[in-house]
Amino acid sequence: MTVESTAAARKPRASKRASAAKKPQSSEPQLVQLLTPEGERVQHPEYDIDLSAEELRGLYRDMVLTRRFDAEATALQRQGELGLWASLLGQEAAQIGSGRALRDDDYVFPTYREHGVAWCRGVDPTNLLGMFRGVNHGGWDPTTNNFHLYTIVIGSQTLHATGYAMGVAMDGADSAVIAYFGDGASSQGDVAESFTFSAVYNAPVVFFCQNNQWAISEPTERQTRVPLYQRAQGFGFPGVRVDGNDVLACLAVTRSALERARRGEGPTLVEAFTYRMGAHTTSDDPTKYRHDDERAAWEAKDPILRLRTYLEAEGHADAAFFTALDEESDALAKRVREAVRAMPDPDDMAMFDNVYADGHALVDEERAQFAAYQASFAEEGN
Amino acid sequence: MAVQKLPLAKALNESLRKALETDPKVLIMGEDVGKLGGVFRITDGLQKDFGEDRVIDTPLAESGIVGTAIGLALRGYRPVVEIQFDGFVFPAYDQIVTQLAKMHARALGKIKLPVVIRIPYGGGIGAVEHHSESPEALFAHVAGLKVVSPSNSSDAYWMLQQAIQSDDPVIFFEPKRRYWDKGELDTEAIPGPLHAARVAQAGSDLTLAAYGPMVKVCLEAAAAAAEEGKSVEVLDLRSMSPIDFDTIQTSAEKTGRLVVVHEAPVFYGSGAEIAARITERCFYHLEAPVLRVGGFHAPYPPARLEEEYLPGLDRVLDAVDRSLAY
Repeated sequence: MTVESTAAARKPRASKRASAAKKPQSSEPQLVQLLTPEGERVQHPEYDIDLSAEELRGLYRDMVLTRRFDAEATALQRQGELGLWASLLGQEAAQIGSGRALRDDDYVFPTYREHGVAWCRGVDPTNLLGMFRGVNHGGWDPTTNNFHLYTIVIGSQTLHATGYAMGVAMDGADSAVIAYFGDGASSQGDVAESFTFSAVYNAPVVFFCQNNQWAISEPTERQTRVPLYQRAQGFGFPGVRVDGNDVLACLAVTRSALERARRGEGPTLVEAFTYRMGAHTTSDDPTKYRHDDERAAWEAKDPILRLRTYLEAEGHADAAFFTALDEESDALAKRVREAVRAMPDPDDMAMFDNVYADGHALVDEERAQFAAYQASFAEEGN
Repeated sequence: MAVQKLPLAKALNESLRKALETDPKVLIMGEDVGKLGGVFRITDGLQKDFGEDRVIDTPLAESGIVGTAIGLALRGYRPVVEIQFDGFVFPAYDQIVTQLAKMHARALGKIKLPVVIRIPYGGGIGAVEHHSESPEALFAHVAGLKVVSPSNSSDAYWMLQQAIQSDDPVIFFEPKRRYWDKGELDTEAIPGPLHAARVAQAGSDLTLAAYGPMVKVCLEAAAAAAEEGKSVEVLDLRSMSPIDFDTIQTSAEKTGRLVVVHEAPVFYGSGAEIAARITERCFYHLEAPVLRVGGFHAPYPPARLEEEYLPGLDRVLDAVDRSLAY
């Protein structure tokens, strides 16, 4: 048999396998949902939440401001002010819901898309933009808001979160730790290892997976044959799938998982089922790999719209609230825009700073050499 | 008694014990480090005395060990991680290079990563594959890491103390075939700087620079050369990042001849870096090109061939002769 005929013979089988992979289970598992896409409040037997009108308006405000900030950052990239931006559009409920479930003493290990969680932690949005502008690789002090630096390599931070949580337990503290990651990262060995370590050490960590259906161009079917939340069972801890576009459900489920961690009952995997409405980053072109009708279906499940519908129906927010929020959004965007444009390039010598905490002879030598080299041009210019 | 004679492995054990006693934030993590005391018994008895929370048997996942050590360091702990063998470190290489090495700089110095990664390295013990490698250059090449290797009991004790006290990540390479070599240790001495080279033996005709397991071979080579009337200086470099180039330069300017010796492959090895820098620093003092003796650009061979692969006394002396022939 020739190579060509072997390939031809295999083709139908390969495609058969691919189509089988698209339907990994006979029926979609139940989502925990407290607010339907139509804005209707529903009950769940295990998870519930009782929020005041003010708290509900607060969640709405968080989501709107996060989306406005995100849109502004995308615009700033298009204007050449940022080199890149990773939009969170569509994932506001997953991030605000989980972010608002946290206590101040809890610790967050984000990916590079957790702008909404950063907002909940009180990280100034302009701080997030330095790395995307290219003036630093992170730059904020993680200990100020218990919000670790963005991690770009997929899934690595789940181990950092697990180790941190092991330390929390050793300290006898009742804080909890949350690790964010995505459906793509779920394939990484580090994520599997973090599940193993957190399970055997009973670490107080919540794994919050935003399954936004796409890892750049690869659909979730390319990462898993089972619903992601079910992976937890094999490691010996609970997993739950929540409607990632329902801020109330995300808050309730994350809060419950964090409380479980605080009680010393170990990790939980939360799979927030959501959708990346935008491109992976501003460098990506989703038209090459997904259809508009899929996006349109998810647009009907928009996290912000459904909460607005509910707020209005219940009389929890009036027109003045929405108008004031629009103004606040524009002011935030203006502040971010001005801050980014005013962000100076770092000093030439900054690349030698903080390579080591205790110093290093070679770094000192190269810094001096490079400074002398730079200075030689200044002398020539004089 | 402050001064005692003990094997290098025992000196490491004493050093870890001292660190656990002195600083409640010091933790030991690794595969089989608890009840067993590690496959080389470096952590022998420590879990019994300090408990399972401070001497932690981990799942068999090196990336997980280093990744969780990073998290523990962020929480304020000082993890001392044991990688069981040199060839097993690579599953953790991503966490070490991509995360551990860069995190302090990424946070503009706001956080510190005081993690020590102990790795028994090198050959000469008749082991199976992946148990005899010398990957130090792969770590020394990475900014943000410090890389050291003791050659004797005293340095094993003190350099490990200093590595644990360092606020930077330190890759601590232990010369496994020297674990059982006895040497003097003064636990009340005042140690020199962690990254300073040491003149192990003074000489005037040629300089041999080595570290870890090859220091002993170089001292033997110097003794053999002395019988032929050649005065060889031996430097124990101790640190591969940073490298104490000043001490090497001083010696090379004095003798005019430098041979660098390591078990690791010569190609892209630390000898290449030393040769380039020393040539640049003291070109007009050199009577011969800087020569290198080390492993070949081939996978570490089966144990029956390792005596041929490893740079032994004769290959070092051959390089000495070649250098002196210029």
